[in-house]
Amino acid sequence: MSLMWSTEGAGLLEWVIIAAFALMCLSLGLATLRLLLGPTLADRVVALELMASITVGIIAVYTISSGVSDFLDVAVVLALTAFLAAVGFARYLEKRGHGDD
Amino acid sequence: MGMTEWIVAGLLLLGAGLMLVAALGLVRMPDLLCRMHATTKAGALGGGLMVAAVAVYFDDPGVVTRAVAIVIFIILTAPVAAHIVGRAAYFVGVELWSNTILDELKGRYDDETHTLRSSDSRDQD
Repeated sequence: MSLMWSTEGAGLLEWVIIAAFALMCLSLGLATLRLLLGPTLADRVVALELMASITVGIIAVYTISSGVSDFLDVAVVLALTAFLAAVGFARYLEKRGHGDD
Repeated sequence: MGMTEWIVAGLLLLGAGLMLVAALGLVRMPDLLCRMHATTKAGALGGGLMVAAVAVYFDDPGVVTRAVAIVIFIILTAPVAAHIVGRAAYFVGVELWSNTILDELKGRYDDETHTLRSSDSRDQD
């Protein structure tokens, strides 16, 4: 079953999927803003972390909109790597010590 | 159709709304720890709800298992990641908000060994 982009005679779920995609895009934009603004490296790490969980959300919405449940595996892998990336960044941050960003 | 669709729609909108709250907090909050307060909690709950929506929508044992695995993983790792990043940032000396009233960790971390003391080092001789 595919729910992709025909709004003609679209039901509740089709509209909700479009709304969810729009909200996630807006969230991703705001996170990007913080990623660019900084001001410290730690702020950018936190912004990247949030972008990873927003992307997991986008994959969840896309899984429903495409009707292909296999996409959920991508979300599993992304959630795993995002955590490892956060740990790696934190270690780097701590080892680097005080410094300018 | 029917009840399932309403539940999926509600979970999706709630999750996406929480994600937006997290992103707004990330942009609007005054310092790093406040920003992490917004992103880790709202972000983890939002992501979990959206994955739960997938589980309800497909109603298939394989999908539900994977969705539950993702939710448990998010719940387990979000606090750990936040703790690690916040701790590292505190060591690096990230500036706190100017209106911060209490910093209970001040002077208790050993900059050399990165261990935590139970009392302020400046109180001892």
